[in-house]
Amino acid sequence: MIVPLEHVLVLSTVLFTLGLICVLARRNLIMILIGVEVMLNAVGLSFVGASAFWQNLDGQMMVIFLMAMTSAEVSISLAMVVYLQRRKNSVDVRSFNEMRG
Amino acid sequence: MMATLTFYLAGVIAVIATLLAITRSNPVHAVIYLVNSFFALALLFYLLGAPLLAAWELIIYAGAIMVLFLFIIMMLKLSPSSAEKGLMATSGQWVPVVLLAVALAGCTMLLTGLDSLTARGIPRWHATPRDFGYSLFKEYALAVEIASFQLLFAAVGAFYVGRPDEPKDSRGGA
Repeated sequence: MIVPLEHVLVLSTVLFTLGLICVLARRNLIMILIGVEVMLNAVGLSFVGASAFWQNLDGQMMVIFLMAMTSAEVSISLAMVVYLQRRKNSVDVRSFNEMRG
Repeated sequence: MMATLTFYLAGVIAVIATLLAITRSNPVHAVIYLVNSFFALALLFYLLGAPLLAAWELIIYAGAIMVLFLFIIMMLKLSPSSAEKGLMATSGQWVPVVLLAVALAGCTMLLTGLDSLTARGIPRWHATPRDFGYSLFKEYALAVEIASFQLLFAAVGAFYVGRPDEPKDSRGGA
């Protein structure tokens, strides 16, 4: 382990917090999805750090499944962005504040 | 020692690039900064003993997912007025990109050239693709199958959600 595990976790937490701020503060749907990507990558970094700390491959396996999950999530959510853009001609979340179809 | 230094450098680059990405008003710029951040993350993965994951981080995240984002942004034809009013100025945004890219290239050079802690630039403990594949397809074979189902459902779902609009009256007959 080249650095203490705590430093990896601190870095991961900082990146996760940045992604969370992006999700909570931005109003553009695409920017919200980018924030989700940042958060998922931060979690992956902590998994890889833990994997290196215990010299165990399970953490890296989790990152592989995280990547598969992210691919599925991104394809679905971007298709929904296209759908919403087609419906309201906007990607601003404030135009989707009603549930009435 | 050099690997430790490179870790902190790449970590700082990742945080700066992410910070720049989440404050952009133009989604295209945000995606480019995020690609930069993923390159730094891939370097971190490599330093933490996951060379295969580092490669996949670049191939899948930076190469496929971010390009998908770019395609969608281009497809939506967002007018400049529909972009959010900027949190920061939009001019000269290529300067930090170039700086971050040069810093990352420098980190990689350091890692491959001058590293004394590790032999031939490889971390001491790392998962070889052989170990990795063995563990993935032996212990996690069921999870691999479930992930493939998940990807199939995602493809079908994306196709369904993104299908072209049909006339309203034909929906009742379906």
